[in-house]
Amino acid sequence: MKKSLLGLAALAMLSVGPAQAADKFKACFVYVGSKTDGGWTQAHDIGRMEVETALGETVETAFVENVAEGPDAERAIERFARSGCKMIFTTSFGFMDPTIKVAERFPDVLFEHATGYKNAANVTSYNSRFYEGRYILGQIAAKVSEKGVAGYIASFPIPEVVQGINAFVLGAQSVNPDFKLKVVWVNTWFDAGKEADAAKALADQGVDILTQHTDSTGPMQVAAERGIKAFGQASDMIAAGPETQLTAILDTWGPYYIKRIQAAMDGSWESTSTWDGLAEGILDMAPYTNMPDDVKAMAEATEAAIISGELKPFTGPIKKQDGSDWLADGEAADDGTLLGLGFFVEGVDGELPN
Amino acid sequence: MEHELIVNVLLTIATASTPLLIAAMGELVVERSGVLNLGVEGMMVIGAVCGFGGAALSGNPWVGVLAGISGGVLASLLFGVLTLSIATNQVATGLSLTLLGLGLSGLLGESFVGQAGVKLSAVDMGPLTEIPYVGRFLFGQDPIFYLSLLLVACVSWFLFRTRAGLVLRAVGDSHDSAHALGLSVVKIRYAAVAFGGACAGLAGAHLSLVYTTQWVENMTAGRGWIALALVVFASWRPWRVLAGAYLFGGVTIGQLHAQAFGVAVPSQLLSALPYLATIVVLVLISRNKRLTILNTPACLGRPFVPNR
Repeated sequence: MKKSLLGLAALAMLSVGPAQAADKFKACFVYVGSKTDGGWTQAHDIGRMEVETALGETVETAFVENVAEGPDAERAIERFARSGCKMIFTTSFGFMDPTIKVAERFPDVLFEHATGYKNAANVTSYNSRFYEGRYILGQIAAKVSEKGVAGYIASFPIPEVVQGINAFVLGAQSVNPDFKLKVVWVNTWFDAGKEADAAKALADQGVDILTQHTDSTGPMQVAAERGIKAFGQASDMIAAGPETQLTAILDTWGPYYIKRIQAAMDGSWESTSTWDGLAEGILDMAPYTNMPDDVKAMAEATEAAIISGELKPFTGPIKKQDGSDWLADGEAADDGTLLGLGFFVEGVDGELPN
Repeated sequence: MEHELIVNVLLTIATASTPLLIAAMGELVVERSGVLNLGVEGMMVIGAVCGFGGAALSGNPWVGVLAGISGGVLASLLFGVLTLSIATNQVATGLSLTLLGLGLSGLLGESFVGQAGVKLSAVDMGPLTEIPYVGRFLFGQDPIFYLSLLLVACVSWFLFRTRAGLVLRAVGDSHDSAHALGLSVVKIRYAAVAFGGACAGLAGAHLSLVYTTQWVENMTAGRGWIALALVVFASWRPWRVLAGAYLFGGVTIGQLHAQAFGVAVPSQLLSALPYLATIVVLVLISRNKRLTILNTPACLGRPFVPNR
C-alpha cells in the first residue's frame, strides 16, 4: 500500500508541466487525488482552470496529482518551489506541516494551504465552511428519511470532518430530535471500493440516507443500487445517481484562486486566514432534486438564512456527546474552537477516534 | 431482517475478496515459475480501465471482461519481454510496470470518468437462491465469482496433479536443471507471466464491472499489493490463498459492520485488523519451516541467462 503511494508520488512528479516563459506569473497546485476524481480534487482543478481563463496570458498554472499526505508531499511542494513557481496552493489537510516546512526554506514564494490552521509570513490558510452545507443536508435527511437514521462515511478524524458530522446531526435534530446517525470511518480519502463497502454495510444495517466525507462516487452508486438516497460531496455527483442524489455540497474555489493570484501579481498579497462559506460563494449547493417540494422549500430557506448570517449552525444550546454543556443558549461557537473541534455533539452514535 | 443482513454481508464479502483472490492466484503461478512480478497493481488497474472501456463502448459486459483480460496480458508481456528476453531486474521492472499501469490507465480512462458503466449482472439459479443464509451466496452471484473458485481448483490441480504443473514448478525451483533437461525455461515463464497478467486483468475488470460499475483513476487502491502479500503469506499454496483472501475480505467487511453497529473499538485498530488477522493466521498455518522452504520457489526473482 505504502509502496504504491510512493510510486504514485514519483509518477506524479513526472506530470509536472514544462518550464515556462520567465515573464508569466506561475501558480502551482498540489493535489491529493486525481484531477478527474469526480469530487474534491476535481473541484480544485476546475478552480485552477478558471484562473487560466480569467487571467489569460499573464499567468501560467501547473499541477501535480496524487501526492500522498506526509513526507512525499514535502518533496512535491519543494520541487515546485525550486522550479520557479511564485505561488503554490496545497490542497489537502495533510499537506499543512510540509507546506510550513517548505515555506521556511523559500521565503520568496507565496503559499496557500487549504483546510488547515497554520500560518506564516508567506503562508495563508484558506478554508470553506463545508459544515454550513452539511447542516442543510442534515435537515433534508431528517425530512426524507423514513427510518430516522442516516449513515455517514467518514475519512479521518480531523476537525473539518468532525465539524461536518456535528453539523449534519444538529441540522437533522432541528427537524427530528430523535434522528440517529451511524458513522463509519474508512481511513482513506479515496478508495471507491472501500467506500462502496462501507455504504453497503450501512445500507444493510437499515440506513436509508447516505452521506460521505470521502471523495469518490462509490457510495452514490451503492445508494442508487439499493434504492436509497444520498448526498454528493465536493462535486455534483448527480451523474452517478440521477434518481438518488438529493443535493451535493459544491466546492467553488475558482473566484478565491483568481482573487489571490491577482493580489500576488499586484503585490497586495498578505498572509491571512480565510474561512468563507455559502455567503461568500466558496461553497454552493447543487440543485435540490428527488425530494418533495416542501423539503426543497425548507432547504432553500435554510440556505438563505445561513447566507444572510441569521442562522449559524453551531449556536447553543448544544451539549457534547457525553451530555456536558458546550454552548449556552444563543452562544455561537468561535472559529478557533471550530478549527480545533475534537468531540462529537449529543446525538452521534459511536466514538470519535483520537 | 437478521437473515437478510447475513445474506448481504456474505455477498459483500465475496465481492470484496474475489479480485484479491483472482489476482493472487495469477501471481502464485507466476512466482511458482520463478518470476517475481511486482506489477500486479499496474496490470490490475489496466484491466480495470480496459474492462470498463470495453463494456461501455460495446454495451456488453462480456466484451469488457475480455478487454480487461487482454489488457492485463499485454501489460504482462511487456514485463516478460524485459525480464525474460533481456533479463532485466525483476523487482525494478515490476515496480515500473505498476507506475506505468497507474499512469497509462489514467490517460486511457480520462474520457470514461463520470460515465455510467455496464454491470456484469449476477446469475440467478432460481429456487436454489431461496436456500436460507447461503442460497444467494452460492447460487446468485456474478459469473466472475464462480470463475474465481474454479480458478483455485484448476490451479491447484494443474500445479500438483499434472506433468505440466510439475515442469512449471521445476523451472521455478531450479532453472539451470530444467534447462539442462531440455525444457524451455523462457517459454514456460512467458506462459506463466501471461497467465498472471490475464488473472490481474480479470481482477481489475471485476472492480470496474462488478464491485463498483464505474471508472475512477487508481481504483485498485492498493489491492494488487495485498494480492502479492497474500501469495507470500500463504506460502505459495492455492487453497491457502483462498483462505487468506476471504479472511481479508471478511475482516474488512466485518469491521465496517462493527463500526456501523457502534462497537466501541478505535476505528484505526479496526481498519488495521484485516491486515493483522490475515498475516497472523497465514503465518500460523505456514509455521512449519521445512514445508515452507519446500514450497518457496528457489529461483524466485533470479533472472535466467542460459550460458549456451
